[in-house]
Amino acid sequence: MLDQSIDLDRTFQALADKSRRTMVERLTLGPASVSELAAPLDMSLAAVLQHVQVLESCGLVKTEKVGRTRTCRMERAAMSAAEQWITDRRRGWEARLDRLGDVLNEVATTGERP
Amino acid sequence: MTLSTAVHDTFVIERTYAAPVALVFESWADPTRKARWFVGSPEALGAGYDLDFRVGGREAFRGGPPGGTVHTYESRFHDIVPEQRIVYTYEMYADEARISVSVATVEFHGEGAVTRLVLTEQGVFLDDHDTAAQREEGTRSFLESLAASLRGDDS
Repeated sequence: MLDQSIDLDRTFQALADKSRRTMVERLTLGPASVSELAAPLDMSLAAVLQHVQVLESCGLVKTEKVGRTRTCRMERAAMSAAEQWITDRRRGWEARLDRLGDVLNEVATTGERP
Repeated sequence: MTLSTAVHDTFVIERTYAAPVALVFESWADPTRKARWFVGSPEALGAGYDLDFRVGGREAFRGGPPGGTVHTYESRFHDIVPEQRIVYTYEMYADEARISVSVATVEFHGEGAVTRLVLTEQGVFLDDHDTAAQREEGTRSFLESLAASLRGDDS
């Protein structure tokens, strides 16, 4: 179910950062600890934790602390709302405008008058 | 159960076509030709698709798989400047539920033998009508769409 607080602007802002996209890509494969997320990145654990907090505040990621380990996982609802919006609107129009290009090419080939 | 939510978004898509602006504009104005690319089938005209291309005129498309959700697109033209601009609003429905309301602007820039088309859409996505199946489509395609939109990659 979609959370009321989901805000596409904040989702996009969170994902505008390359390090955070790297973290999200890793999390699409499954849950990971903060240290695991930090491994491929050239930054301190504290900096990674700050990025995780940005992802968590916009609802993309959920974290849970068990003992000394903080585990991060993707929160599907936020992705779903954003995904549906982009898929339905933008991709739909991109496909239509590509078909328009095909029709224009056909018209040019057959010499049909506009 | 559906929660009452509203998600806003704006996007811009550009295309450059190897055709003069008169031909590109006509492809939006002529019902038979528009059905070919908008619906993907000229036969749809009068059979689910209708276009009344004039200010105040309407356009509608209804379709969907047999026994499945009927998707309805209903639009109204607000401003038409031949070979330059079209402004319209449209609503999308899934069965009886209103999914989105948008205002779209299409600008045509004739540059001799080619035409640059800029489509800007500003809309609001209403409530959460997605299904469990759609949610399972995964985050990968979302990231690809997102990466493309962040790059401004329209091709």
